[in-house]
Amino acid sequence: MVSSIVSFQVGDREVEVLVAPMTTLQTVLRYQLGYTAVKEGCRQGGCGSCAVLVDGEPVLSCLLPVEDVAGRRVTTLEALAEPDALHPIQQAFIDHLAFQCGYCTPGMVMVSKALLDRDPDPSRAEILDALAGNVCRCTGYAPIAEAVADAARVLASRGAQSR
Amino acid sequence: MTADLHVVGRSVPRSDGVGHVTGRTLFTTDRSFPGMLHLKVVRSPVHHALVRGIDLSEAERVPGFVRALTHVDVPHNVYTILGLIGVEPEEEFVLAEDRVRYKGEPIVAIVAETEAAALEAVACVRLDLEELPAVFDVEEALRPGAPIVTHWGNNTFMYEGHPCRRVRFGDVEAAFARADHIVEGVYNTKPIEHAPTETTACIAVPEANGRYAVYTNTQALYFSLDNTAIILQVPGSRLHFIGGTVGGAFGGKVDVIVEPLATLAAMKTGRPVKYAFARWEEMQVSSTRSAWRIYVKDGVMRDGRIVARKVTSYADSGAYSRQTPYALTKHAANAAGPYAIPNVSIDAYCVYTNHVPSSAMRGFGITMASFAIEVQMDRIAEAVGLDPWSVRFLNAYRNGDMKPHRKRAEDATLIETMQAAAAFVGHELTPEQAAMTSDPRREGGE
Repeated sequence: MVSSIVSFQVGDREVEVLVAPMTTLQTVLRYQLGYTAVKEGCRQGGCGSCAVLVDGEPVLSCLLPVEDVAGRRVTTLEALAEPDALHPIQQAFIDHLAFQCGYCTPGMVMVSKALLDRDPDPSRAEILDALAGNVCRCTGYAPIAEAVADAARVLASRGAQSR
Repeated sequence: MTADLHVVGRSVPRSDGVGHVTGRTLFTTDRSFPGMLHLKVVRSPVHHALVRGIDLSEAERVPGFVRALTHVDVPHNVYTILGLIGVEPEEEFVLAEDRVRYKGEPIVAIVAETEAAALEAVACVRLDLEELPAVFDVEEALRPGAPIVTHWGNNTFMYEGHPCRRVRFGDVEAAFARADHIVEGVYNTKPIEHAPTETTACIAVPEANGRYAVYTNTQALYFSLDNTAIILQVPGSRLHFIGGTVGGAFGGKVDVIVEPLATLAAMKTGRPVKYAFARWEEMQVSSTRSAWRIYVKDGVMRDGRIVARKVTSYADSGAYSRQTPYALTKHAANAAGPYAIPNVSIDAYCVYTNHVPSSAMRGFGITMASFAIEVQMDRIAEAVGLDPWSVRFLNAYRNGDMKPHRKRAEDATLIETMQAAAAFVGHELTPEQAAMTSDPRREGGE
């Protein structure tokens, strides 16, 4: 089968890749473009460690053929932090010890980002529902859910200050 | 300048925390190297079989195929992970020779330009296998006439010439004879997969100075290095193992599985070689916690005091023992539980079956003993009409008590732990229980 050229955005960067048909977004991000914050725990849609945002919506990059993101904007964890400051979600994960090995963390943070962008004040049930596709084998989910709730409060107070 | 070491009682940020939340932490397979090859393994599709032949002709024609490795390519093909601490005999095959003993056992390693080519070549290898009867139950494996899994003729790991690890303390049979109650139980557990989010993986990279850099997510860096040196018959100084970042393990990444083959392939090809488990391999082929069957027989007096405990345990080691002989020894030392019992007899068997090999997991031989013993304690409480707390306070070992394997208890904390647990759940202890300590000399003092 013939390879094709696919153009899309990663963060603010325009990229163009040559891919064989059915190459996944995960493979392109990790192995062609070097976005290794995108993890690969299962490559079958079961663990959530490869979650990225496509036009703001969380997707499992291991299940998505890269052709599907042509012309769209992909956000990986690399784009979240300012060079000299962590995003409030990242800071909250540190403050709440919401990781041990760290392998699930990028997916957890990206899914949390999508949730808080959509709903700045989620209930605990809504947080757990948003994280339901992300597997953590070390820490357990309670500190992660607390970190997301805390990040929501920080983001809300920042929003209040800027108004 | 003196270092600030006053950290007790303070929250100290983790040194790897920022790396984890920003995704800048480099895990093993986050690295790529120019010219990197991919290694995939042809695995046994059956539980037990003779290997009659391997046909690589079709695999070799797959575009991107670089080379295949079989057991003849492995300098020291039969090894035992715990050989480093004197455990014998060598028993596990890096690549199978004339026989496969579990479903998933590696037979051929394929090295190819891409992962897809490696997988296609693996699918093109033709195996001529003659299937043999398999055994999956620990007690069936010990019966006469059972299929023999090991290459030395019986299905148990041998402890100093004995088929089990034995502990003998006092006289259990005499104590059973005078006990008011006999309480018996049998406890079965299943294998448990650690399922780390990051699968087992390594990348072996030839260096200009003739050494090999091996990036790995092993939990046991020097254990892996030393075993790899033995298997490849090279001095350890030629291996430069780089680890420390592990995406979950829980005991599941102490076996030396991917490093020897990847390093061998790097030696044979002169190129970097990546060998990473797919998720299905992590779930179905990597070691599990052993399945256990534990028989417990207790002699108990009317007041709840345990006077004799006899434990017969079988750990299902699977086809190779890996870390299980060591887990069994820890198990045997702890199988009577944290209780002062004057007569104890323990027989703990490490049994070979045609299951996937089991190995280390959190608790390492003791978790399953605790499960059996603590359910047994509840049954004793029921038999003598005591509440479950009282039967444990009554029998708890304390500092100075001799344990069955002849170590004196020096650091007992069971009583204090139970007192804290009672407070935590709002259970009211008797005044005597509340006043107890693990140090009898201090009791009622001051």
